[in-house]
Amino acid sequence: MPGSQRVRLATAGARAETVGALGQQPAGERSRSYAFHALLLLMLSVAVLGLAILLIDAFVEGLPRFGIDLFTEGTSALPEESGFLNAILGTLFLIGGVIVMTVPLGVGAAIYLEEYADRERWWNRAIEVNIQNLAAVPSIVYGILGLGVIVRGPLDLGFVVLAGSITLALLVLPTVIIAAREAIRAVPPSIREGSLALGATQWQTVRRQVLPASIPGITTGVILAISRAIGETAPLLLVGAAVFVSFNPSGFFDGYTVLPVQIFTYFSRAQDEYIVLAAAGIIVMLALLIAMNSFAIWLRNRYEQKW
Amino acid sequence: MTESRRDRETGRADEASRAARGDGATPPGREQGGAAPAESALPSIQDTAKESQRRKGDPARAGQREVMFGIQDLTVRYGKQPAVENVTFDILRNNITALIGPSGCGKSTLIRCLNRMNDLIPSASVEGRVNYHGEDLYGPKIDPVEVRKRIGMVFQKPNPFPKSIYDNIAFGPRILGMKDDMDAIVERALTRAALWGEVKDRLKENAYGMSGGQQQRLCIARSIAIEPDVILMDEPCSALDPISTGRIEDLMIELKENYSIVIVTHNMQQAARVSDMTAFLMVALDDTEDNPRGRLVEYEQTQKMFTNPSDQRTEQYVTGKVG
Repeated sequence: MPGSQRVRLATAGARAETVGALGQQPAGERSRSYAFHALLLLMLSVAVLGLAILLIDAFVEGLPRFGIDLFTEGTSALPEESGFLNAILGTLFLIGGVIVMTVPLGVGAAIYLEEYADRERWWNRAIEVNIQNLAAVPSIVYGILGLGVIVRGPLDLGFVVLAGSITLALLVLPTVIIAAREAIRAVPPSIREGSLALGATQWQTVRRQVLPASIPGITTGVILAISRAIGETAPLLLVGAAVFVSFNPSGFFDGYTVLPVQIFTYFSRAQDEYIVLAAAGIIVMLALLIAMNSFAIWLRNRYEQKW
Repeated sequence: MTESRRDRETGRADEASRAARGDGATPPGREQGGAAPAESALPSIQDTAKESQRRKGDPARAGQREVMFGIQDLTVRYGKQPAVENVTFDILRNNITALIGPSGCGKSTLIRCLNRMNDLIPSASVEGRVNYHGEDLYGPKIDPVEVRKRIGMVFQKPNPFPKSIYDNIAFGPRILGMKDDMDAIVERALTRAALWGEVKDRLKENAYGMSGGQQQRLCIARSIAIEPDVILMDEPCSALDPISTGRIEDLMIELKENYSIVIVTHNMQQAARVSDMTAFLMVALDDTEDNPRGRLVEYEQTQKMFTNPSDQRTEQYVTGKVG
């Protein structure tokens, strides 16, 4: 049939035209696009390579010494018999204190800033800016503050777990506030409207709708902030994590040491055995961090709410 | 308006035009060129209004029914800019009152004044009076939380809480401390919202697993679970497909027996189908200032509004000549 023949011809012609037009990307554009792609890959590999070298180095050096006794043995005078139990327990005590202090404070501050504060007011804006800045203050500054105000000075606690906990709590508080605010802000305004339109008060809306919906996000943020606190060394050196502790802390008013401080001291010793021990300590700490971060990721995937 | 939307109205159009003329001849209204009758049968707005009036029975007359909201000289500003200005009319009890008008004419602003949702916008300020059963809603002794317990609201986009279907309904009664058996409250609300049959076996499942139409009916069920006086609906069907829209419209006509309903809609067919009274708002054409402000052009019985409006602007808008 000549009619359909014509249609077919016209279609083929149009397709050829389209392909021709769309295929005509200038060669210069294309190579520039490839070059950019390659540059991005290069940047990524430099970053990953640096990390990988650090990790491989620690593993190669520490692996011979790595074993279950690192988790079960305390510090001993002999490096071959030393484990990290004292430091692991010290870290757990310290971090427990940090969690107890930062979660209520951080979430409370975030709720105020997101749900109650009037952004038009200058003091609320000033608080916001300051929290952002505090998150970027070097940790050693918190260490000096902790030494001056918490260990000595007004609080005068001495070199105990609690002093370390308070110092680290202050250090991660801005991060926790920022993470909690993000999580609260991710709850759509329509949920608040729906709740208020039912005659709920603002408190009921926050307590029964906004907070439950943002808990997964808040928890994830808290765990990531805590992971950072676990790795902190500098401020703890100032507020009394002792370099040689051969006992387990039994309370918040005990002396203590933590993993990174112990690793730091071992590395600064002369004997090779201590260097190996320190490398093994890095593996112990990485294991702890991976466990916590995996938990955070699992939590996020488990409770993530799609709006 | 989408194609599928038209398909649905085709059915009613045949019915409506037959009812109007007594035969199945070429339907009136907007012609679709020389296409087959089944495709061209978009009903005229007049026919929809008449048909719906016929189904709903006697028209409600102003003065015969109790006044629910008395709105007097209402002006709402955001910052210094007025969004609606000098609006005065009465909303009647056990009626469905539709607010129609082009975008930006202040329909949503107006409806949000009726349960003080505008209080949540810091820059909004309200002048004039909104009387609710004779009481000034913006009086100094009035607690907005109490207002919202009695005047519920359904929003444009379905906004179920991220909880189970059961907990979505139970949230309102629980915070209000309602003492009845919660299972019974949930079942009653879902039944009235024509949703019980579809969800009774999955009450513990997350509400976000429901379809959009079901979610919106859940939101309606949620608002009637606390036994309000009035339900405000701000474009409740704009995010829904025609079948869900039809369900919700049927539901509104049923709910009218017990509640008063105020609905904002962009869909004039919808206003003509469901409402008893219609208020038409429009940005004042004589505005010389930069900012547009909505004014009430006409408030009438729906049938009269769509068949014989007294204002020329209304006539042009409802017949699709402007807007």
